[in-house]
Amino acid sequence: MLRLIVRRLLQLIPTLVGLSVLLFIWLHRLPGGPTAALLGERATEADRRQAEALLGLDQPLWVQYGRFLRRLVELDLGTSIRTGRPVWEEFTMRFPATVELALAAMFLAILIGVPLGYFAARRRGGWLDIGAVTGSLIGICIPVFFLAFLLKEVFAVVLGWFPSVGRQSTGINATDVTGFHVLDGLLTGEWDASADALWHLVLPAMALSSIPLAIITRMTRASVLEVLQEDYVRTAESKGLHQRVVRLRHVMRNALLPVVTAIGLLTGGLLSGAVLTETVFSWGGIGSFIRDAIDGRDYPVLMGFILFIALIYVLINLLVDLAYSVIDPRVRVH
Amino acid sequence: MGSPVSNTPNHPDDRDAPETPGTPELSGTPAVPHQAEAPAPVEGERTRRASRKVDRIDRLAELTARRETTTGAGLWVEAFRRLRTSKMAIIGACIIAVFVVLAIIGPWIAPYSPTAQSWRGEVFPNRGLFVGPRGENWLGLDHLGRDVFSRMLVGARQTLMVGVVATLIGFTVGALIGGVSGAALVLGGRAGQRIDAVIMRFIDMMLALPSLLLAVSIAAVMGQSLTTVMIAVGVVQIPIFARLLRGAMLAQGGSDYVLAARALGVRRRRIVMAHVVPNSLSPVIVQATLALATAIIEAAALSFLGLGNPDAAQPEWGVMLAQAQRFFDQAPMLAVYPAVGIIITALGFTLLGEAMREALDPKLRS
Repeated sequence: MLRLIVRRLLQLIPTLVGLSVLLFIWLHRLPGGPTAALLGERATEADRRQAEALLGLDQPLWVQYGRFLRRLVELDLGTSIRTGRPVWEEFTMRFPATVELALAAMFLAILIGVPLGYFAARRRGGWLDIGAVTGSLIGICIPVFFLAFLLKEVFAVVLGWFPSVGRQSTGINATDVTGFHVLDGLLTGEWDASADALWHLVLPAMALSSIPLAIITRMTRASVLEVLQEDYVRTAESKGLHQRVVRLRHVMRNALLPVVTAIGLLTGGLLSGAVLTETVFSWGGIGSFIRDAIDGRDYPVLMGFILFIALIYVLINLLVDLAYSVIDPRVRVH
Repeated sequence: MGSPVSNTPNHPDDRDAPETPGTPELSGTPAVPHQAEAPAPVEGERTRRASRKVDRIDRLAELTARRETTTGAGLWVEAFRRLRTSKMAIIGACIIAVFVVLAIIGPWIAPYSPTAQSWRGEVFPNRGLFVGPRGENWLGLDHLGRDVFSRMLVGARQTLMVGVVATLIGFTVGALIGGVSGAALVLGGRAGQRIDAVIMRFIDMMLALPSLLLAVSIAAVMGQSLTTVMIAVGVVQIPIFARLLRGAMLAQGGSDYVLAARALGVRRRRIVMAHVVPNSLSPVIVQATLALATAIIEAAALSFLGLGNPDAAQPEWGVMLAQAQRFFDQAPMLAVYPAVGIIITALGFTLLGEAMREALDPKLRS
């Protein structure tokens, strides 16, 4: 098992290095440079050259890339061209917001999706089943940003049940420990801060969970339907095993295999795919920051952020494979 | 020649599929339908002999035809037959049909020009004054005093174009990459494995890149236009198609008929082109149908982020939706119309795609 993990981790290195090379070339090919955005339209050609020399952008691309790699080995991602702060700092400031949102959305999706899919499958053709199938179809087809807008308008603006933007109310003075607002409140005992953060989380998480919820529901349903027809389920039932044992140990354990894969991949997608929801709810996560970085050609920020997201994505993939071999003894990956 | 052997009432399916004459159980009794076709048996012997000759030709044609179809079409014919009994497929196909017809004839049946701000004087967005549905304008006016109904009708074409072109880009490039990779892996020996490994690492990199960011950066390189949206949405789909086709080819590569073909000394290229690829295409085609839905939604998302068609006068549902968000407080219906259009269209493609997936699933085949 350990050898497998090490080998898989080593395999990641060429992928990530290759990605960084491609990304570097690609980003530096974007028309316009960071200096144009920095200096404004009235800057002269000389100003621009001077700024480029200052940032080291006048050197050949491979020299710049070499510098990037050398810094990376020292775990230094460089400084943001736009804000002047270290990329790592910018990242840790915003990443918790995105992770919090993504995890909350995933939590909702699993909490509702798995039981819904299970019961829909058990009562196939019933009203619950029809509702679940129809709902998940619509969930996939509705544009996320439209759903976000709809939720915001109805529950925040018209009904006023939830806050419409941001992660925290202005009056709240919460201590920042981890950057995860809900968790921070729990750690420091500031219950109202925690509750307030949770309150802000509801609508964005609901909007973001629409697609994973739909996919998880459908996959669970399809998977349970398939497993229910297996011989071993019939055998277990005819042996007179307790219904609950059959359901949990025979049906669910086998049915959840493909769902686990999907959950892993969906989580990876959520971390980067929250741009739309973050924009609608002014969430202040990494999504909107990367967009601004693209507009400002902030190379260090883009390299750092995108590589980090890619790293997390491939790590999640690895975790999914490992989880697979834990849940299913038949799949011991070689 | 032209006597349709299979025109018996218990097989109405075959009327739509004349290139596949006769199901196996019918081919043994080709004389039955001929009795109906030759109603005057007066000329006796000669007719009988002639008809026997006709029979023979028919039978030959039938056999040759069948040999052609069984190589690749058997699966498809059966899948098509099952699709036609699936409620999901029928609903999906109907939605798509309506959408395509609208996209074609929309500009002609639109009552007004979609770009003319004919009722400019009646709408005041900054004062929250909008005009809802009325006899003259069935869906009301937008924030610039344009007829929303006409814009919806004309916009269907652009929306369909974006979806189809984007998916075609993803499908073509992705299938090409995946096909090369799969072919190399299945039949290329050790060198092939290496080619496959390199290509797949590249695909992994593409998959690891956040899709929306990929699209945004493509839009940044190419500037803001409808073409950009199509390419950006299409590029995001490339790795999905590539992986899918490769996976399917890999599965087919291990099958007995490939082994048999190799043992018979069939050339590698022919094995791949005639055996492996046709049998691996079904998941890719299902994915293409589903991708059409995603493409339309993603294009709308890019418009929402301000990367869509810069000429906002040209109606397209994604752009309309993005624009209407600003006036959501005063005129929510302006956003609801294009949103519903997008949702229903995406639903149509999704339903058909899912039904196709079920129809092509070998596990569910009777």
